Amino acid sequence: MIPAPTRYARATDVAHALELLGEPDAKAIAGGQSLVPVMKLRIARPSLVVDISRLELREIAVRDDELHIGPLATWADLAGVSHPGLEAIAECARGIGDLQVRNLGTIGGSVVHADPASDMPAVLLALGARLDVRSPTGSRAIPVEEALVGPFTTSLGPQELVTDIVVPLPAPGSASAYESVEHPASGFALVGAAALATSDAETVALTGVGATPFVLAAGDVRDAIAGAEIFGDRFASEEYRRALAVVVAERALARARERRGS
Amino acid sequence: MSDTVRFVVNGEPRSLEVEGRTLLVHALRDGLGLTGAHIGCDTSQCGACTVLLDGRAVKSCAVLAHQADEREITTIEGLALDGELHPLQRSFVENHGLQCGFCTPGIILTAADLLSRGGSPSDDEIRHALRGNLCRCTGYQGIVESIRAVEAAS
Repeated sequence: MIPAPTRYARATDVAHALELLGEPDAKAIAGGQSLVPVMKLRIARPSLVVDISRLELREIAVRDDELHIGPLATWADLAGVSHPGLEAIAECARGIGDLQVRNLGTIGGSVVHADPASDMPAVLLALGARLDVRSPTGSRAIPVEEALVGPFTTSLGPQELVTDIVVPLPAPGSASAYESVEHPASGFALVGAAALATSDAETVALTGVGATPFVLAAGDVRDAIAGAEIFGDRFASEEYRRALAVVVAERALARARERRGS
Repeated sequence: MSDTVRFVVNGEPRSLEVEGRTLLVHALRDGLGLTGAHIGCDTSQCGACTVLLDGRAVKSCAVLAHQADEREITTIEGLALDGELHPLQRSFVENHGLQCGFCTPGIILTAADLLSRGGSPSDDEIRHALRGNLCRCTGYQGIVESIRAVEAAS
């Protein structure tokens, strides 16, 4: 299948990218592993494709008690992240898509694509991450949960670009984990769960079960899932997903607890 | 609107006029006549169009030709050196790694990426690496054995 006609421009830096994105119906492309398939289906018909893939936004580094992930870091890059407490990041990245997708697909692209079943947003939510975003008029920081507002919908403006994904380092002695049960054909999560266990709290975030990935209410996982808004579709009914969510969330939590030795 | 893209394909500099929307797989097949990158699906799921972009396996149907500008591409046509089959190609012949052969170029290039990372992948790791490549003939066992045999020989 062939995408609808479009023009292509390669951004030389963030300011240039933002300027190019000023065109109505322009769309940024990084790895293209979500965008190109929907362009082929002509669900997306951008007038201009702004290639940001060569900007210097790929670094992954710890600074000031935070892990800074460049939005152009690929799943293959993230599979190598190794930091106590942040185990869920690499664990999640290794299972995303397939080898080819992991070579090109980026974390920034995935987060702003906002697929309700994408894996990494659940991890970012459980870890309390934020997005640093730039526009032609300035920059702002958005907690990931405020960025994700609906299926394939974020609170970012058309001329805003994610420039950093910032994950606070969990307190020493913390551990995290990611677990999912995937639809066998598409590979997308029927239910995915990220868990963070610290010495005084546990946080679980789910994906694949609602309009956006979300953080479960504190307290007992079963109670929280019983009270959560969970959707069903032709692949898995609401009842099935709710039951599966308990299993997957408990597995993620158990692994996080085991890692921290509690 | 078309522009020129330049890339190194199988060791040779090539340039080509492409549209903004042109997919890499179409540039390779229709523009350069490299039909070893197969089109097996329309949804970027089958992996038959896999090529190496700067040494890493990518689905060339999920990459715009412009995105490959100034990069190095290896297709199945470029894997044999001086008439000698690549060890993976030979192993697929010897270990019944293919039947109809349609998925084979993509699978061999994915395996080339996997083996280039070093280490010694287990059968589970080989199968995990092949998740983005569909084969409807072999049941995968012969494919896994072909890749394992290369790994063992090297």
